[in-house]
Amino acid sequence: MNKLQIIYNGLVKDNPTFVLLLGMCPTLGTTGSALTGMSMGLATMAVLICSNGAISALKSLIPDKVRIPAYIVVIASFVTVLQMIMQAYLPALNESLGIFIPLIVVNCILLGRAEAFASKHPVGDSLCDGLGMGLGFTCALTLLGAVRELLGTGRIFSLELFPESYGSLIFVLAPGAFIALGFLIAFSNYIKTRHA
Amino acid sequence: MKKLSSSLPHLILSLGIITIVVGAVLAWVYEVTEDPIAQVEKQKKVNAIAAVTPEFDNDPMAETVEVEMDGHKIPVHIATKGGKLVGGAVESYSMNGFSGEIDVIYGFNRDGEITGYQVIKHAETPGLGAKMEQWFRDPQGHRSVIGQNPSKKPLTVAKDGGKIDGITAATISSRAFLDALNRASSAYQQAKTQRDE
Amino acid sequence: MLTYLSIIVTAIFVNNIVFAQFLGICPFLGVSKKLSSAVGMGGAVTFVMALATTVTWLLQEYILVPLGLTFMQTIVFILVIAALVQMVEIVLKKIAPALYTALGVFLPLITTNCAVLGVAILVTQKGFDLGESVVYAVATAIGFTLALTMFAGIREQLAMTEVPRPMRGVPIALICAGLLAMAFMGFAGITIG
Repeated sequence: MNKLQIIYNGLVKDNPTFVLLLGMCPTLGTTGSALTGMSMGLATMAVLICSNGAISALKSLIPDKVRIPAYIVVIASFVTVLQMIMQAYLPALNESLGIFIPLIVVNCILLGRAEAFASKHPVGDSLCDGLGMGLGFTCALTLLGAVRELLGTGRIFSLELFPESYGSLIFVLAPGAFIALGFLIAFSNYIKTRHA
Repeated sequence: MKKLSSSLPHLILSLGIITIVVGAVLAWVYEVTEDPIAQVEKQKKVNAIAAVTPEFDNDPMAETVEVEMDGHKIPVHIATKGGKLVGGAVESYSMNGFSGEIDVIYGFNRDGEITGYQVIKHAETPGLGAKMEQWFRDPQGHRSVIGQNPSKKPLTVAKDGGKIDGITAATISSRAFLDALNRASSAYQQAKTQRDE
Repeated sequence: MLTYLSIIVTAIFVNNIVFAQFLGICPFLGVSKKLSSAVGMGGAVTFVMALATTVTWLLQEYILVPLGLTFMQTIVFILVIAALVQMVEIVLKKIAPALYTALGVFLPLITTNCAVLGVAILVTQKGFDLGESVVYAVATAIGFTLALTMFAGIREQLAMTEVPRPMRGVPIALICAGLLAMAFMGFAGITIG
C-alpha cells in the first residue's frame, strides 16, 4: 500500500466521522462554528499523528498483554502536552474547546487506530494513517461547523453571507448539532449508494 | 526486532519504562509552559481590570479584598490614584445562567456607579456572550447599565418590573447578568466599608 | 440539602450529559437499539461513574494537588478509570455472578465512555466537595440512563417504520436525538434555591 493511498483511505473511504462513526462527542460538542470545529479537528490530528508514530515505533517493546494500558499512557501524555501548550500559547482557543481537549484521550479514533493500524504497520505508514484520519476528522468537523454556523447565524468563519436575523439559532444549539450531523451522514450515504 | 513475550518481568519492565519516560517528558513540558500559563491568566485579569475601572495608578491586583457572600469568596480589586480611592473591579458570578455559571468583572467608581464590565466566562448559547459584551453598554433605549448605581436599588430587567431592557430572546441570560451585577455591587460596598475601618 | 437538590435537577434535566453536554454519545448511539441493553448499560455506567468520581476526587485532593502534580490529571484519571473497570469486572464475577451476567458485557465499553472521564474532570473544575461530587456523578449517570432508555424506546419503534434509504440507521437516530434534545431544552433555566 503506498502512502498516498493510506491518506486517501483515512480522508474519504474510511472517514472516521461519516463512515466509521467514531469520535461523536467532540464532533457534536465543538462544532458550534466552523473555526472551533476546525481547531478541534487539528488538535485531534496532532495527537493522532504523534501517538500513531510513537506506538508504531514502540510496538515491539510492548508485550501484548499490556498493550492497551501502554497505548492509553502514550495517548494521554500527548494529550497532556497539547493541553499545556494550548493553555500557554492559545488560551482563547483552549477555553472555547474546554473539556473536549482532555477528552481527546477517550476519543475512540485514537485507541482504534493504535490497535488497528499503528501496532501492525511501520512508522512511516502509521504517520500517514494518522495524517489521513486526522484530516478526515478535521474536514468533517469543519464541514459540520460551517453548516451549523451558516444556518444558525448566516456566517462561515465569521464571514457574513446573509443577515443574522434570517438564521435559525437552533442550529447553533444542542438539537441542531444532532440534526445537522444526521442529515450530513444521510447525504454521504446517498452519494455512496449512487456511486455503487 | 522480535516482539517481547508477555512474561511478567517484561510486562513490568515495559510499562515501567514507558511510564518513567512519559513522566519525565510531561514534567519538562510543564516546567517550560508553567510561566506562560500563569502570565496569560494574570494578564487577562489585569487587562480586564484596567478596561472597566476609572483611571488609577496603583496595582489593583495587589490590593485585593475578599468579600464573603453566599459562601463564595468574591475578590474586589481596589483602584486608587494618588493614594485616594477612585473605584474598584469586582470578579462576580451568577449561577443562574442559561446553562450554568457566568463570570463577569464589573468596574465601579467611588460612588458605586458602574463604569464598565467584561464577561470573563460563560456557557451560554454561542454568540450570546458577545452580545452580552455589547448590549449592556449600548446607549440605545434602556439597555446600558453604565452609570447606574445598583447600591441604591438593585437593577432588574423590564420584564421583572425593572428599568433595564434585557437582551431580546435571552431573558434568562440577562437576569443572570444583572444578578452577577447586583452581587458585585454589594461586594464592592462591603469592601469599601471594610477598607474604611 | 438545597444544593444537593439543585445539583441533582441540573445534572439530570437542565444540563443533561447527552443532550446538553455531548458526552457519552458513543454508547448513546451504540447501545440504544434495545431497551433491555440500554437499562443494563445505564446501570453499569451509574455504578462505575460513582466509584470513579469518588476515587479520582480523593486522588486529586490528597495526592495530585499537595504534590503539585495537577498537570498529570488526565493521564492519572484515565488509568484509574481503566483499572477500576477491570477490578469491578473481576469482583463482580466473583461475588455477584447474577449482576455480572447483567452488566458484564457493558463494562469494557465504559473505559472509553467519555462521560466517565468527563465527569471526573468536571467536578474538579467546578470545585465540588466530596459529597457534592458523588451526588453530581450519580445524578449525571441517572440523566444518562434516562436519555439512553428514552432513546432506546424510540429506536425500537423506529425499526418498524418506513424510512428513506439513506436516512436509515444512524442518520434518522441522530435526528430523533435532536428532537429529544429540543424537548430537553424546555428544562433550561430552571433553578432551585
